[in-house]
Amino acid sequence: MQIPLQTRLPETHRIASMKRETEFVTTMTLPVSLGAKPGQFVMIWLPGVEEIPMSVALDDGKKLQITFFAVGDTTKKMALLKKGDLVGVRGPFGTHYQWEKKEHLALVAGGYGAAPMYFAAKEASKDGCTLEVFIGARGKEHLLYEKEFAKLPKTTVHISTDDGSKGFKGFNVQLLSNLLKEKKHSKKKPWIDQIFSCGPERMLVSVSDLSFQQKIPSQLSLERYMKCGYGLCGNCVVDPLGIRMCTHGPVVDNVTCRKITEFGKCHRDALGRKHNF
Amino acid sequence: MDLSQILLGVHFSNPTVLASGIWGITAASWREVARNGAGAVTTKSLWLHEHKGHANPIIISTEHWTLNAVGLPDAGIEKAREEIGDYNHDKPIPLIASIVESTVDNFAKVAEEIVKLHPDFLEVNISCPNVEDELGRPFACSVVDAAAVTKAVKSVSGDIPVFIKLSPNVDNIGAIASSCADAGADGFTVINTVGPGMAIDLRSRMPILTNKVGGMSGPAIKPIAVKCIADVYKATEGKKPIIGTGGIMTGEDAIEFLLAGASLIGIGTGVAYRGEKIFKLVCDEMKKWCDAEGVKDLSELIGGMHRRVSGC
Repeated sequence: MQIPLQTRLPETHRIASMKRETEFVTTMTLPVSLGAKPGQFVMIWLPGVEEIPMSVALDDGKKLQITFFAVGDTTKKMALLKKGDLVGVRGPFGTHYQWEKKEHLALVAGGYGAAPMYFAAKEASKDGCTLEVFIGARGKEHLLYEKEFAKLPKTTVHISTDDGSKGFKGFNVQLLSNLLKEKKHSKKKPWIDQIFSCGPERMLVSVSDLSFQQKIPSQLSLERYMKCGYGLCGNCVVDPLGIRMCTHGPVVDNVTCRKITEFGKCHRDALGRKHNF
Repeated sequence: MDLSQILLGVHFSNPTVLASGIWGITAASWREVARNGAGAVTTKSLWLHEHKGHANPIIISTEHWTLNAVGLPDAGIEKAREEIGDYNHDKPIPLIASIVESTVDNFAKVAEEIVKLHPDFLEVNISCPNVEDELGRPFACSVVDAAAVTKAVKSVSGDIPVFIKLSPNVDNIGAIASSCADAGADGFTVINTVGPGMAIDLRSRMPILTNKVGGMSGPAIKPIAVKCIADVYKATEGKKPIIGTGGIMTGEDAIEFLLAGASLIGIGTGVAYRGEKIFKLVCDEMKKWCDAEGVKDLSELIGGMHRRVSGC
């Protein structure tokens, strides 16, 4: 995949707005379009601090949005930024979700994976797709983009929470599995054409298994430690394929995903050392 | 046109080599590079102990140049054993192990450990320009230091050929090469990255790389690499094989490196410019050029510029 070269040098922009989504989650809007597609990522640079990879939550041709969880040193500093502060951005990098016009898609979003899923939903709905959106979170206070999803045409939102504080009590993948049975999904008479998913890796493993068992094609966003973002440093390679997730991913089809033996089991740190999930 | 050759007893199906520090951090990635047509792979620079790299941003590019300050991150010798051990079980192409350390003694220690893993060549990285804050002036910038490291590594390398990776950021690269050759070097990798350089973001007025400076690679450095290869070839009278590295994008670039005196061609940053297929593309372009020009063997090209200039 050839990526336009000018995007490999960060350019700073003044933040157009910061919106608090939940206690720990914020959406940052930058007044620039990078022509990003749903599932791709950008590198966000805080001058003098660090640069980190972020999934694109929206790129509408005028502005770019990222939704992030203030969990690490850099994201905590990002959450303190205000309108007008400077942030560098380069990208977009990697692969993106792909669909055909008028498909029936199931979007399975866990935690802040809801942000890129919303971008996919918004774009797919422009192509006349019918959407079943499964948003899952620990509790109702952590649910993201619920209202935004609900506003999209031909979209049904299915909520699940681990603690049962809203919607189905349990995992969103279980809810999808239940509905597939209820709707008598079969290969001959499919209820769903494709599954897209983004979120914690253990959730992705469940989606991958369900997709494999039900013979529904799926595209999953696999996160690895990314440094350069365009295939040079090699830090995001996966075993045993040796492919770099910044160029062959982050969105991979389930056939490829199931060849990645470390999927759901381990990942590599900044030194290339393996750690179990 | 057959691009294969035997160099210091090692068979290379074609002259393209994955350069150190790019992509290849695991056995699986070396095999993937082989599937994409490379003739050999070079590991990331391996340390005796864990070494942290620099914080992001570590690599930035324009269409002309790339600056990197990755900072030589590595998990240490245990990971090297694991990955090279795995690779040796099913080894599609030769492996060049790049080693780095902070002192002459430690260079010998890491070399001693890596030699036990039977790489085809050792590449001694004494020329990284983005760790000067930590390690001081690179060994490759002094005839004395470069020779000392060479001698120390050679004392433990047994029958594994030792290539010294040279820096272009010196007054006389030929003198450094001669000094290393006298100390026993079997070959050279020419060149490491140039500079270091710096890029500043205009609005924030800050250097973009966290390390502030980074080694420069990419298409813009190719003429510097060609000159350095020619200097090293001349200084060693064409007797020491050279892995020519720096700005290779096309088969014609590779031919130019061979004419300057390189036997193998290192490809690094080019992976980002032409994708992972660059190894196959460069080989196809070399074959096409050779066929059109009636070249039958790589040996006709290697050092060809020197022979023409001296009228031989």
